[in-house]
Amino acid sequence: MELHTDVSETAGWTVVSVHGELDVATSPTLRERLIGLVGDGSTRLVLDLEAVDFLDSTGLGTIVSALKRARTHGGDLRLVCTEARIRRLFEITGLDKAVPLHASIDDAIAAE
Amino acid sequence: MAVVELEIPALPAYLSLVRLVVDAAIGSLAPGLSPARLDDLKIAVTEACSNAIEAHETNWSDGPVVVRCTIGDEEVRVEVIDRGAGFNPEDVQTLPAVTDPRRLRHESGLGIALMRTLADEVSFTPSPDGTRVSLIVHRPASSAS
Repeated sequence: MELHTDVSETAGWTVVSVHGELDVATSPTLRERLIGLVGDGSTRLVLDLEAVDFLDSTGLGTIVSALKRARTHGGDLRLVCTEARIRRLFEITGLDKAVPLHASIDDAIAAE
Repeated sequence: MAVVELEIPALPAYLSLVRLVVDAAIGSLAPGLSPARLDDLKIAVTEACSNAIEAHETNWSDGPVVVRCTIGDEEVRVEVIDRGAGFNPEDVQTLPAVTDPRRLRHESGLGIALMRTLADEVSFTPSPDGTRVSLIVHRPASSAS
């Protein structure tokens, strides 16, 4: 399955909506996209995972990597995810403590 | 007992196919397994296959990765068999606690932890010819077909 991303701007944040499966085969596509955005100065990122059908540890690693890159450049990365089977992976690995999961793009942007 | 076996080239592009086959085989032959448990198993199998593919790359190994699904009355077992260099899961670095800020330094190494959490039983059998990972999910008592 292919992975594709849609990028938009909302209230000073760059929203990256991810569609498809995120695994070893497809994570490099997302990684390159996020590295490119941060490199171009878009360091305040919202990653919308609502249309992600599958996520594994490689996908989680890609998200952590992007979070660190954004913070290193003075920005942040916030996640939107309500799907229980995707949220569960963040909870199992404890990553939800480091990267809070928000219910909507608006909630992610409004978070402190 | 039913057995469904798939051989794939050791390439990431085939992971999606593995999930489709596991979903179709176990979904139809072990209908009592809940969709959530089947999702857990597909993640665990993907992790095992990703490790297998990496082992082939590291070892310059030819040959396929074998994914064998065995559906018994009491359990579903998926074995992932590679021809990599073999590894000891005990050698995998232990991650810092989830409350430790250093946790974010670790972008990889989550796969084995996920396998152990998502499957009911996991075993790793390394050998000079490769590694066999066995992932077991128990079937609900009344669901045997």
